[in-house]
Order: sequence, then C-alpha cells, then structure tokens
Amino acid sequence: MYGNDFVDPDEPLNAAESGGVEDAMAAASAALARRPDGGSSFDALLAADQRIEPRDEMPEAYRKTLIRQIAQHAHSEIIGMQPEGNWISRAPSLRRKAILMAKVQDEAGHGLYLYSAAETLGVDRAELLDMLHSGRQKYSSIFNYPTLTWADNGAIGWLVDGAAIMNQVPLCRCSYGPYARAMIRVCKEESFHQRQGFEILWTLLRGTQAQKDMAQDAVNRWWWPALMMFGPPDTGDAATAGGHTEQSMAWGIKRFSNDALRQKFVDMTVPQALKIGLTLPDPDLRLNEESGHWDFGAIDWSELWRVIKGDGACNAERIEHRVGAHNEGAWVREAANAYAGKRHRAQQDVYVA
Amino acid sequence: MSTPALKGNSPERSWPLWEVFVRGKRGLSHVHVGSLHAPDAEMALRNGRDVYTRRQEGVSLWVVRSTDITASSPDERDSFFDPAADKVYRHPTFYDVPEDIEYL
Repeated sequence: MYGNDFVDPDEPLNAAESGGVEDAMAAASAALARRPDGGSSFDALLAADQRIEPRDEMPEAYRKTLIRQIAQHAHSEIIGMQPEGNWISRAPSLRRKAILMAKVQDEAGHGLYLYSAAETLGVDRAELLDMLHSGRQKYSSIFNYPTLTWADNGAIGWLVDGAAIMNQVPLCRCSYGPYARAMIRVCKEESFHQRQGFEILWTLLRGTQAQKDMAQDAVNRWWWPALMMFGPPDTGDAATAGGHTEQSMAWGIKRFSNDALRQKFVDMTVPQALKIGLTLPDPDLRLNEESGHWDFGAIDWSELWRVIKGDGACNAERIEHRVGAHNEGAWVREAANAYAGKRHRAQQDVYVA
Repeated sequence: MSTPALKGNSPERSWPLWEVFVRGKRGLSHVHVGSLHAPDAEMALRNGRDVYTRRQEGVSLWVVRSTDITASSPDERDSFFDPAADKVYRHPTFYDVPEDIEYL
C-alpha cells in the first residue's frame, strides 16, 4: 500500500550524511593552514579557530570541562550498548542480529575513542570508569529508558542516534583536537545506526496491524526523551540558569545552542515521520509558514530532571549491569596480564642465554 | 621494559598506553589514529585492529608504547623550528625568472 513511496537511499538521510562532517574536516585542515598571527597562546589559538592539542597550555577550567564532557560522552557510549544489547538474542532474523551486534560493537568502539581522547588530558581510563561505577560521573539520561519491544530498536536508531548525530556533528569542529578527531570517526560510523533504525520502523509499518501499532507505540515513547537529549533550554526567556553553554561556546567546545540543535532535529525528523506514516506524539506540532520551521509543544523538563536524579525506569539496572560486566571480565584481564608477564620472562631468558 | 604489576583486582590500571598508527592503503604512510591500553604489544595490535579498523580502514597497523615517543615541546616550538623560518630561498618561488620562460 505504500507503493513507490520509499526513501531514496542516495538522499542524505541524516546529519552525518548532510556534509557537516566533511565541512568540519575541511575547517580543521583550513585552520591548520592558517598561521595564528597572535602567537601560540591559548587565546590566540582559539581566536584563529585553531585546534588546541594535548601538550599546549590551556586553562585548568577548560581542561576540567573537557574531561567532564568527554568522559560523560564516553560513558554514554558504553552504557548505550545495553538497551539494544538486550535485544541481540531476540532479533527477528539473522540479518537483524548481525546488524545489531555490529551496532553495539560500534558503541563500544566509540566509547574507546572517547576514553582515549580523555586520557590525552591527563586522566586515566580506569579512574573514569570508577567514577561511572560509583555514580560520580553521569551518562546520557536517555539510556535510563527501557526497550520494551523490538520496535524500540528502530525508534532508538532513528530518534536517539539521530539526535546524537545532530549533537555530534558540530563537535567535529570542537577546539580540542583529540575530541574533534574522535567525533569525526564516530559520526561517520553513526550514519548506519540511524538508517538501520529507520529501516526497522519502515519494515514494521508495512507489516500487520500489530506490527504497525508496535512501531507507533515505540515512537510515542521515544519522541519526547529524544528531544530532551539536547539538554535544557539555553536561549531566550526559557534559558535555565547554571548551564555551561555560554562558556563552552566561548571556548569553541560547543558551536550551537541546545535549542538551535533541537529545532534542527525536529525540522529534519518530522518530514521523515510523515513520509513513512508515523504520527509524532505532539498535538502542537505544525509547520510555521513564517519561519519555515516546525513548531513543537512544551517539553516536560521535570521528567528529565527526575530521570537524571535517578528516578528513571532503568538507572539502577544500567549501572548494576555495567559493574557486573566489569567484574566478570576481571579474569580475562588477569589472564592477559599473566600471559604478557610469562612471554616477557621467556624473552629475557633468551637474552640471558 | 618491566613486567606489568598486578594491582588489586584491576590489573589493567598498570597496562601501558599504546599509540596506534594505521596505514589506510598501500602507498600511504601510517597515520596516528588514537591510543589504547594493553598488557603487551601483541594484544595492543589485536585490540587496535578491533577498535580502529572495523570497516577495513587499514592494511597495516603499528603500535608504539606512548612512553617510547619523544616529542618536541610546544613551549619551544618557535625556537625549535626557527632555523627554517628565514630560509625562503629553499622554495622555488623565491627566484626571479623572466615571465615567458616555460617549464621552469
């Protein structure tokens, strides 16, 4: 019944394919080519839109902000393995299972790129993991929502990864070199994540009534939390005090406000929903002819604060699972260590002989 | 090179950091892509493959212990690279030649 109304696979479907990543790469090499006129102090480098590298001088507050942000980002990647990892054994086909495993492996890889970037700022990965495990550092609160049906994997790929890409593409131009480079790798890989999610939903929508309902139900549950992923309002009258936006923008860590990115996400996503026949759960959603943007309803921020403070459906479960996985892997790390020691000693014996 | 020591139940704390370099394809040089922790070079190579070449990004991989890299200091950058700064005659554009001469 959907006939030829399909999405052209060559059309840029998400922000990762819209040229933003390429622009960031071009900007980075252009920045390299420009010599800073005012010397190589932190401020001069920032003013010339040059990248700050690990051994450059930087204000302590800049270093601390980056460690916090990169660590939280890394934690989100590895905690983000759980909602979908939950469905690997129950994926409806071998094809879906292979895709889901590749995606979850990618999330692990993204976590490692980011921990590696954080370590260039002088922290140890093990310290950061300790802080995650003991609740002293946070991860994105989106992962505290449960994946109740198979369709949730579609909604996560399409909406959650879609929102993540929207957030991450500008980070490819972040002033801190190792973070920006890690984000370029991440964004390139995320593109398939969003597309496979969209494909899951599109497939369900061409199925039985029960499958269509399942897809719609998942989108109903993930839409608002996905919009909250961009963070509290930081422009206009609604701006929440105490945000980091202004300072982060001055430091070239953040390039766009939360609200600007959220609007961009809505504008990109609504036409996609319309095209495959999904209803977004917002009665106030309408195209504003004047601005050309999609106006959307008020976000219930009390929900975000509640989930961040620990009252989400899965907060305790996520950390418990992570700590469990870490502890269960201890023997592998010990074995690798013992083997390395043994080989090292064997090599020394050869030298002695 | 000393044998990594066991520390509590978290031996990876003492695993050395390795810098990873990937050759994208034949004919290109190895390029730094990031780092990882591993107990020895062999594990660093295997993990480097898993972390940095999941989409056939490389045909060759190097891992180097971070502590084995000696780097120039950014503080001394100006003086360190200074000797090349005033030698513009090392570039072909320094030389005046008649405009209508070809292949020069």
